[in-house]
Amino acid sequence: MTVSLNDYAPIVGEDVIDHLRQLAARLDGLKVVHINATRVGGGVAEILSTLLPLQRDLGLQAEWEVISGEGEFYECTKRFHNALQGNRIAIPDNLLAAYEETTAANAERLRATLEDADVVIIHDPQPAMLIQYCPNRRGKWAWRCHIDASHPFRPVWKYLRKSVTQYDASIFSLPDFTQPLPHPSYLIAPGIDPLSEKNMELDEEEIQSVYNRFNLDPERPIITQVSRFDRFKDPIGVIAAYQLAKRFVPTLQLVLAGGGASDDPEGEVVLNEVRNAAPNDPDIHILLLPPDAHRTINALQRVSDVIIQKSLKEGFGLTVTEGMWKGKPVIGGDTGGIRLQVINHHTGFLVNSPEGAALRMRYLLYNREQRLEMGRKAREFARENFLLTRLLREHLTLMVAMVYSAANRIDLG
Amino acid sequence: MSEKQQPAAFEIKDCALIGISTGRRAQSLREMRDILQDVHEDSIYYHFWGHLLRPRFDNPEYMNDFATWAHNCLHDRKLSEQLGVIDPADFDNLEELRQELVNVIEERLDESDTVRWASVDEQFHFIRSQIVVFDTRVSVGDPAELASLIPTMSLGSIFYHFIDARTREPRGTDDFVAWLAAVGDEYESLCFSLNAVDPYFATLSELRQTLAAVFSSCLRREAS
Repeated sequence: MTVSLNDYAPIVGEDVIDHLRQLAARLDGLKVVHINATRVGGGVAEILSTLLPLQRDLGLQAEWEVISGEGEFYECTKRFHNALQGNRIAIPDNLLAAYEETTAANAERLRATLEDADVVIIHDPQPAMLIQYCPNRRGKWAWRCHIDASHPFRPVWKYLRKSVTQYDASIFSLPDFTQPLPHPSYLIAPGIDPLSEKNMELDEEEIQSVYNRFNLDPERPIITQVSRFDRFKDPIGVIAAYQLAKRFVPTLQLVLAGGGASDDPEGEVVLNEVRNAAPNDPDIHILLLPPDAHRTINALQRVSDVIIQKSLKEGFGLTVTEGMWKGKPVIGGDTGGIRLQVINHHTGFLVNSPEGAALRMRYLLYNREQRLEMGRKAREFARENFLLTRLLREHLTLMVAMVYSAANRIDLG
Repeated sequence: MSEKQQPAAFEIKDCALIGISTGRRAQSLREMRDILQDVHEDSIYYHFWGHLLRPRFDNPEYMNDFATWAHNCLHDRKLSEQLGVIDPADFDNLEELRQELVNVIEERLDESDTVRWASVDEQFHFIRSQIVVFDTRVSVGDPAELASLIPTMSLGSIFYHFIDARTREPRGTDDFVAWLAAVGDEYESLCFSLNAVDPYFATLSELRQTLAAVFSSCLRREAS
């Protein structure tokens, strides 16, 4: 399905679309290149797959390139990821050597495109070092950090910082994630696409089909966490919370739905840990879904009574907004970008332990009216703050600011 | 009758703020004082007015980020009250406002033997903002027409014309008053009533309602 910018007007309003066009008029024909580590799987790939068509619709020559690598490269970048999120994890020299060799090889392949671009946006640490291999770049470069880097393991940040300081700007989801850098650090939260397969309206038949497909009972409450199988998402903690809540709500069903990302070598290990944590309970449904199972996830979120995202660290947590957009209250880990979205007692609850999550599960399942009201508020909150159009506006603002070296005021009037 | 020339039409704008981290953060009251002395004045602006364009569900206890931090993170109720009462509309410019903040904090530091600290996760992050101003392509030629549009103006338009305007020339005046004053002396009482609207304690949607009511009642009085 081809979506155009005008299709968003009924959801966000004509004025929002007009604002995007006014900003884009300053950027007509601009060559923009986004680089990340994976084409499918994970939030970044999802954002780029929806953002790029709209940037093109607005007249930008937007491209998306993906770096490639082998096992040691991904082993190293996964360690970067974990270290930026605070794990005290050393990176051996052989992995760093593999990272640098792979970056150099990717730079060979991409150099002409990157050096010719007007704006380059590099997502996350995996491709961050590319800038060092593009000495003749003519455009402006921004590093987009999607990770909760509030307390990075310092030796790893020191290594990455050498690359990051060479950029013209950086982008973080929250002020807490920023680090002192010699360029402007923009604060831009991610957003979801309300018209993508993951978030679009589905007909009732398709929604109901997941009950049979996954052996779920439509008459009993369902709580769902959608996430990669990653320790930072705390799937084991979700199971513990479910088990505590089930003592009081014996009919409760839990869905843990996730897939892998091609740059995540730990996924299978964690999946096995999760399976071992829930050996004999038919009401725990661990679903390993392919990366294109967007409609399935959409339907699973819609049949759920409550969405949970009990992360221990979270850059943003697109699945939180996804749940909110479907009118569901969210129980979220009290961390990172989840704090932007889950407003206690309004759009859901922030929790710090399996016990806290269990308590809120019981509360929401017990108080039907509260649950529905929170769900309504959550949907409107998502509409006003976390849709793709707001993300697009802020990306365009960043580009105008970088290209025109704008000061504190950009007047399009 | 006014002898003034017919002024240009009032062009309705809209706006959005985008936050930029200054990279500076305070964990103690002393650090807060030190950074306030030389942080970019756009950051003072952002922490006093930026909350109006941020989503919220409750009426906040304090109307600026400094007072909220003092209350929630330093747990210093006296200081939060002293910071909370500072009304940015009372000051001719952001430098004067900065000085008032520094004075209040220094007095509090002088009163206390110990310096209060926030936890590491509750540091105050100094943010500045860039404002993007959009053209709505709507302009009006007379005050009655402007009055009819205010109830449907976007919150960004209200922010731009009634809040942000005070930092532009002529300083300390909102765009509505500046334009009405140029239209003619007959709108003096409307200008007076608009000047009496305190923008500091309302949400933008409450402010929009208040402005619409002021326009409506003053113009009705003029007409009768």
